[in-house]
Amino acid sequence: MIVPLGHVFLLAGIVFALGLFCLVAHRNLIMTLIGVEVMMNAAAIAFVAAALRWRLMEGQAFVLFILAVSAAEISLGLALVVSLYRRTGSIDPDRYDILKW
Amino acid sequence: MTLYAAIFYLLGIVILAATGLAVTRRQPVHAVLYLIVAFLGTAALFFLLGAPLLAAFVVIIYAGAIMVLILFVIMLLQRSPRDLRLLSEWGPAVLLGIIFLAVAVATVFKDPGSRIVLQAAVAQPRDFGRFLFERYWLAVEIVSILFLVALVAILHLGKRREADDDEDEVNSVRNPNAAKEGHS
Repeated sequence: MIVPLGHVFLLAGIVFALGLFCLVAHRNLIMTLIGVEVMMNAAAIAFVAAALRWRLMEGQAFVLFILAVSAAEISLGLALVVSLYRRTGSIDPDRYDILKW
Repeated sequence: MTLYAAIFYLLGIVILAATGLAVTRRQPVHAVLYLIVAFLGTAALFFLLGAPLLAAFVVIIYAGAIMVLILFVIMLLQRSPRDLRLLSEWGPAVLLGIIFLAVAVATVFKDPGSRIVLQAAVAQPRDFGRFLFERYWLAVEIVSILFLVALVAILHLGKRREADDDEDEVNSVRNPNAAKEGHS
């Protein structure tokens, strides 16, 4: 006996909302990537809870793939940030105005 | 309230507090440190919900590898903007997000299935690994190809390009303002 399923989903939803806040509110590309990580973490919590609710290991297998995709995403995102920093000297997305006309 | 439930609510408070502190920090290093606490709490939560192998993976990959990677990139970059965006830029999005969250919570709690109390069970790492490689071996291979693609892309992005530098030099010789405009 742990807790009702809805409470775990509520926790995952609030963590996802916090990640979304981090994604839109910061003027720093690294904080944006951190927000994406928080959102993926929330999705993983929901999947593990659902795996326990229905007693299916597919949920846990999916969390493993979420981990893999988020690792690939964060490494590629950080490489892009470093590349952008080299080209423009800033990691503020508002200053990437080279294509603006 | 059983002991498991008490542990769950305690972990939930820790995760929410650490994540909330992390997403409001102006300094990315502080955010990463709080986020490590949040991920360790998530790992304990996975352990509680019967996924010990995933708990180990979260500690190794999230709290270990990814956070160290982000810390190194923060050290590589010298100046980073500290200020938050204006409220008028993201206020409407947050308002819509809150409405969405309220509707989602109402939907989840209206469903009688959400009141089903979870029974403790553990997926042993051995059973989980066998299940994964018997039923989803193709997905595991596809994930490895995804990593290969990401690796190639990162190597391509990280490479210093002599051709571009030459081009910049040519441009700056031909038009001295072009190089400055790129940095402004």
